[in-house]
Amino acid sequence: MSTDVTAKSPAPAPPGKSGAAAGGGLLQLMLDGMRRNMRQYGMLIALGLIVALFAVWTDGDLLLPRNISNLVLQNSYILILAIGMMLVIIAGHIDLSVGSLTAFVGAFAAVLTVQHDIPWPVAVVLCLLAGALAGALQGYFIAYLGIPSFIVTLAGMLTFRGVTEILLEGQTLGPFPDSLKKIGNGFLPETGPETNYHNLTLLLGLVLIAFVVLQELRDRKRQQEFSLDTLPANIFVLKLVAIVAALLTVTLLLASYKGAPIVLIILGLLVVGYGYVMRNSIFGRHIYAIGGNLPAAKLSGVKDKKVTFYVFLNMGVLAALAGLVVAARLNAASPKAGLNYELEAIASAFIGGASMSGGVGTVLGAIIGGLVLGVLNNGMNLLSVGTDWQQVIKGMALLAAVGFDVWNKRKSGS
Amino acid sequence: MAGPVLEMRSIVKTFPGVKALSDVKLTVRQGEVHAICGENGAGKSTLMKVLSGVHPHGTYEGDILFEGELCSFKDIRASEQRGIVIIHQELALVPYLSLAENIFLGNEHATRGFINWNETLRHASELLRRVGLDDHPETRVADIGVGKQQLVEIAKALSKKVKLLILDEPTAALNDEDSGKLLDLILELKNQGITSIIISHKLNEIRKVADSVTIIRDGQSIETLDVKAAETTEDRIISGMVGRDLDHRFPERTPHEAEVGAAPALEIRDWTVHHPIDQQRKVVDNVSINVRRGEIVGIAGLMGAGRTELAMSVFGRTYGRYAGGTVLKDGREIRTKSVPEAVKHGIAYVTEDRKHYGLNLIDTINRNISLSALDKVSKRGVVDEHEERQVAERYRKSMNIKAPTVFEPVGKLSGGNQQKVVLSKWIFAGPDVLILDEPTRGIDVGAKYEIYTVIDKLAAEGKAVVFISSELPELLGMCDRIYTMAAGRLTGEFPRAEATQESLMRQMTKDKEVTR
Repeated sequence: MSTDVTAKSPAPAPPGKSGAAAGGGLLQLMLDGMRRNMRQYGMLIALGLIVALFAVWTDGDLLLPRNISNLVLQNSYILILAIGMMLVIIAGHIDLSVGSLTAFVGAFAAVLTVQHDIPWPVAVVLCLLAGALAGALQGYFIAYLGIPSFIVTLAGMLTFRGVTEILLEGQTLGPFPDSLKKIGNGFLPETGPETNYHNLTLLLGLVLIAFVVLQELRDRKRQQEFSLDTLPANIFVLKLVAIVAALLTVTLLLASYKGAPIVLIILGLLVVGYGYVMRNSIFGRHIYAIGGNLPAAKLSGVKDKKVTFYVFLNMGVLAALAGLVVAARLNAASPKAGLNYELEAIASAFIGGASMSGGVGTVLGAIIGGLVLGVLNNGMNLLSVGTDWQQVIKGMALLAAVGFDVWNKRKSGS
Repeated sequence: MAGPVLEMRSIVKTFPGVKALSDVKLTVRQGEVHAICGENGAGKSTLMKVLSGVHPHGTYEGDILFEGELCSFKDIRASEQRGIVIIHQELALVPYLSLAENIFLGNEHATRGFINWNETLRHASELLRRVGLDDHPETRVADIGVGKQQLVEIAKALSKKVKLLILDEPTAALNDEDSGKLLDLILELKNQGITSIIISHKLNEIRKVADSVTIIRDGQSIETLDVKAAETTEDRIISGMVGRDLDHRFPERTPHEAEVGAAPALEIRDWTVHHPIDQQRKVVDNVSINVRRGEIVGIAGLMGAGRTELAMSVFGRTYGRYAGGTVLKDGREIRTKSVPEAVKHGIAYVTEDRKHYGLNLIDTINRNISLSALDKVSKRGVVDEHEERQVAERYRKSMNIKAPTVFEPVGKLSGGNQQKVVLSKWIFAGPDVLILDEPTRGIDVGAKYEIYTVIDKLAAEGKAVVFISSELPELLGMCDRIYTMAAGRLTGEFPRAEATQESLMRQMTKDKEVTR
């Protein structure tokens, strides 16, 4: 039925219905907007609840500036992988090789910098290229030879793990040069006058807040220019206040410890960049199109093979980046690095709103999904829950998140 | 005549926010074929889902009396046990299981969980013979045609000792020959005492098999007519469905005078295509056609004539294996080896299967409309969402797409509105030549008229339109020129004035008689 309001929409569509706004009231308007993105709002609320719960259980330890910093450092590589994995899953594929690839790139970095004393910027570029090459190879098999991605990346998972062990001769290799280590656990440098806060972080946070506010205002103005429906003024202000408050809190928390971790900056750039690509670029649209209905996309002139190829190439680059971060953080390359990372990344994507059949999901969703897992991890560590039970609880969380979504769809559908 | 076998009284069914059925009454007499017709979204399928227990007792209001007993089915199994079996529009067969396995799926001949194959095969052969199939029961469903698959569905229904058979648009995917066989079978089953309810858009079918017809409009039963009565004409039924009289079902068109001298907008020469798997088989055999600007050219043919295959192979070689032929645009040869190339040369192909090949059903209206021409709303690879939204809003208004906003997922729309979205998408791409493949398939009379108006407007704007259709009246009403195809070959070409249903059908069946 055409009048049915839906719960499943791949992109956050700007809410706002001219007719309904007058009679139905603002609450209705907000509810409509939320229902469109039920999974994501649901997960955001769930994330909030999990954070609140653990904050109480740990007597506030969870929200200590030091722990927030830790949380970011601990989960950054999964989040980086989750971004790439989200693209892969939206395109209707899966990538099981990223954990092994992460380990392989870490090993490669160690061989270059530790054994051959190659300068770190060169090593980083070479590592990213190696990741791109690995991703391109798998992408070629999947896109152009038509071998299912599950098979190709399962083969990749075994192969890259094996190559890692060959490269390292089964040993752990380290330590890395200091400058490379910074990627994994470094912070922004300390500058300016002595305050109680980390200046650069504070500055960066304020710039970010200004940028977001300006962007929102510009967006609203453009909508009005095109005489499209916009959010009512008071709701818009409320939304801005909420965004500013959230960003300010995180900024202050980070600035009151050692400042923003470098990984966080990298991660932030990735989220903004990939979010923009998926939402606003032709390439992003084509990924949604091939995942949503491949034959229709082909008949619309989408170069589906090329898109698939680049999605896997991109995954390779991001896996390489994650590999560098992991190696730098552990200050060593290990044959057992990156174990099960592919599963955590896949779980993050599904908790964050991806669909098994493809065509649905957002980059922000992957991050939210990754953070749900990350906070669960961190919170349970603080409570000294053993890794055995942690796994059980994380498994249940994945099942519950996707189960809720399925239930919600069934309720609103048909 | 016998008394009623089925009575549905004051059926009301509401979905959140929508009243799908309000006060429907349906009385079916013992041993008759009862047709139900109405526009898409009128509530026909919902009514049948209520009857068969898909919507269980308690989720609707009203009473169902079957054989004089009040029924409260809690699921399909319960209704099947009473002998009410529904065959859905989309067939529910497992392609890689055999005919016999499919017939008894969920209802196996077995002792203590182990299948009795001898009994299964014997019984299956018997049922297959009853529906006029002589295929071996161990044949895989994937290896027989759609027409036969429909018959297997009926065999499956017979295995459940069916008393009331419900068929939801059974001939929608069948060619005329298979449709004819199916309708004959329904009449045959009627002689054996099986009552049928048939949902159909095709009024000639209703005239052929039905004894009475109930018309449903906007969730209400409007009237029940005796089909055999003289005053029940097709126009009479149509006026009941749409609630207004249709004096003409096509927009007025002034037949196009072909400009002398100017090269055709699109010309296809000696086009030959082989089957993608069976490479010996010519699916399109040396076909040459052309279409001029401002002209609507029809292609008539039965299923398997090669019309869709011709169109798709020209449009970026998306079907079969190319084996020769050239495409000329405005007199110059062009390459159309891939879809982007074809689109670049101003060719658009609107598929006959919008759900599988035309739309991303989980995505929104605006994103579907822009997909094949994203560059038009982007700068340097970045999509301008505001402009995109504005474009979509424009088409929503001009094409009368019925949806609250352009952010509605396309899957939620009715067939007619989905078709308007596909058309919008290709009109937005700005082509010179539009190949429309069955553009009005499975959509209601009102939406059809709207689509005809759009097609007419496109031609008036100077676009060249190729109109592939199985409905001859539609081609006769819309086209300036009509080609006929049969078994992959071009068999005739008619100016509008010379074409009649009979002359077209003669050419459409021509080759078949020669080759078989």
